[in-house]
Amino acid sequence: MLNYIIKRLAIAVPTILVLIVFSFLLMHAAPGGPFTSERAVPPEILANLEAKYGLDQPLYMQIWTYIKNVVFHFDFGPSFTYKDRTVNEIIAQGFPITLTYGSVAFVFAVIVGVSLGVAAAIYHNSWLDYLAVGISIGAQVLPNFVMAPILVLIFTLWLGWLPGGGWENGEVKFLIMPVIALSTSFMASIARIMRSSMLEVMNANHIRTARAKGLPTRQIIFRHALKPAMLPVVSYLGPAFVSMITGSVVIDMFFSTGGIGLFFVNAALNRDYSVMMGITILIGVLTILFNLVVDIIYAWIDPKIRY
Amino acid sequence: MLIEQDKMENLADALVAAEVKGRSPWVDARKRFFNNKAAVAGLIVLICVGLFAFLGGYFAKFSNDEIDFMVIGQVAQLGGPSISSGHYFGTDDLGRDMFARVVQGTQISLMVGVVGAAIAVIAGTLYGATAGYVGGRIDNIMMRIVDILMAIPYMFVLILLLVIFGRSISMLFVGIGLLSWLEMSRIVRGQTLTLKNKEFIEAAQATGVSSFKIITRHIVPNLLGVVAVYATLLVPLMILTESFISFLGLGVQEPLTSWGALISEGAGTMQYGTLWQLAFPLFFFVITLFGFYFVGDGLRDALDPKDR
Repeated sequence: MLNYIIKRLAIAVPTILVLIVFSFLLMHAAPGGPFTSERAVPPEILANLEAKYGLDQPLYMQIWTYIKNVVFHFDFGPSFTYKDRTVNEIIAQGFPITLTYGSVAFVFAVIVGVSLGVAAAIYHNSWLDYLAVGISIGAQVLPNFVMAPILVLIFTLWLGWLPGGGWENGEVKFLIMPVIALSTSFMASIARIMRSSMLEVMNANHIRTARAKGLPTRQIIFRHALKPAMLPVVSYLGPAFVSMITGSVVIDMFFSTGGIGLFFVNAALNRDYSVMMGITILIGVLTILFNLVVDIIYAWIDPKIRY
Repeated sequence: MLIEQDKMENLADALVAAEVKGRSPWVDARKRFFNNKAAVAGLIVLICVGLFAFLGGYFAKFSNDEIDFMVIGQVAQLGGPSISSGHYFGTDDLGRDMFARVVQGTQISLMVGVVGAAIAVIAGTLYGATAGYVGGRIDNIMMRIVDILMAIPYMFVLILLLVIFGRSISMLFVGIGLLSWLEMSRIVRGQTLTLKNKEFIEAAQATGVSSFKIITRHIVPNLLGVVAVYATLLVPLMILTESFISFLGLGVQEPLTSWGALISEGAGTMQYGTLWQLAFPLFFFVITLFGFYFVGDGLRDALDPKDR
């Protein structure tokens, strides 16, 4: 197991480096530097600015300095657009918010999705099953950017129950719509995967044996069926995590929650490369770490896998 | 939303098995596909949406960037959908005809979906077939590269690309296509590995056909089934990606438009009571995605009798 973790880390580190170098080169290839604005800056000032941000050095030195700063000091450098703020400050402001509603949405999607899937499989071909299948097919075409306006339309404009946006330190009524909008399509996918794998497991030999020796259904489900049936769901969690982080950009835009996605889109519109790079790298690292955790959980649940 | 890998692998095995039997699997598959009601319904919906995209322009009474000064300022009262005013889908908040704009949005979204999927399919098929056919260390390195690229949050990289190389529509096509061939290459590689040891490949090698020609002439045509199914399921993913980016205002730029941009506009103005601005693009978006999913599922079931 330890070997496996080390081996996975050995892949993760070059991946992160590739990500950093790749985004750095992209940024470098961009036509027009970060100081290109409508107002022409005198060449002396431009030279001073470039010297301040280290842009006058050769490319490999710039990359090396950036990697050194990111890896050893966890420092993503200054923002190019907001002269008085560093990328670190921007991340520190937005990331906790994204993390809060993101993790609530993730847990919500997993718990509801798994329960729905299990219920549908146990009561196979009942109204509950049809309901679950119907929801999961319908939600497939309701990504976050479709759910968000629909929710606001219903709960804010028609019913007036919930505020249409804002954060207010994560008060529950500000949390409800972002969480639902972000989690719906994942909940549906998890429910569908869980249902089909549960149906398969319930027909397996060990479940038949458990029934034959007279165990109560509840015990069969929770002790014998749930664990093997969870495997496909666990392997879906990695991609789901990535898509959820991506989706949080829409949530931040639409609900003005003030999370990291809003800064990313603003940076994209203002060509604030250092902020874009910082956020991309942060999310890349998170994704890689999360996938690592998922793989370890998978290896731990599935006794067949030995590394 | 994601395409289940093991299902695709089953399909790949089933296709290889079907070849052996010697009876045309395509005729059987077609029969099975047309017996599947959901798939046929999906196909009909897609044909209707396609017709709407291509012929809708001839029915529009206004062009997509023409401003109707009669309704401007009172869009909520006068700009609603009506046959008599010629605005079948109403107007947007600037007085532009929604019908023309939805037609154009449909064209662009469908085009991004199809072109993006085509780029992804071509790149992924060639890459996967090469890796699988060559094998050994090169295969290992090529697939490791895919692993590394898969761990990168591609939506963020795509936005980075769009910002850096300009937000043009061709960049959007290329960017979306280039970032989604990874899954495809894995599936194709898997199937190439099973094809590689067949007699006809051996025969080709024995007669001295070059590796490149074996891949393009003998391997790729045998992959068509999997590729077709995967491509149908890839198109809605591409449409979703494009809509996502356009929703954020980073994709298609005015006066061009797409479903994502239209939904975003509609969502921004719904509090003024102009619901039709949200409803029409959303309707087309949703039915098209449904259509593609049902056709894709239907194709998969039709080509893989084992999985039924």
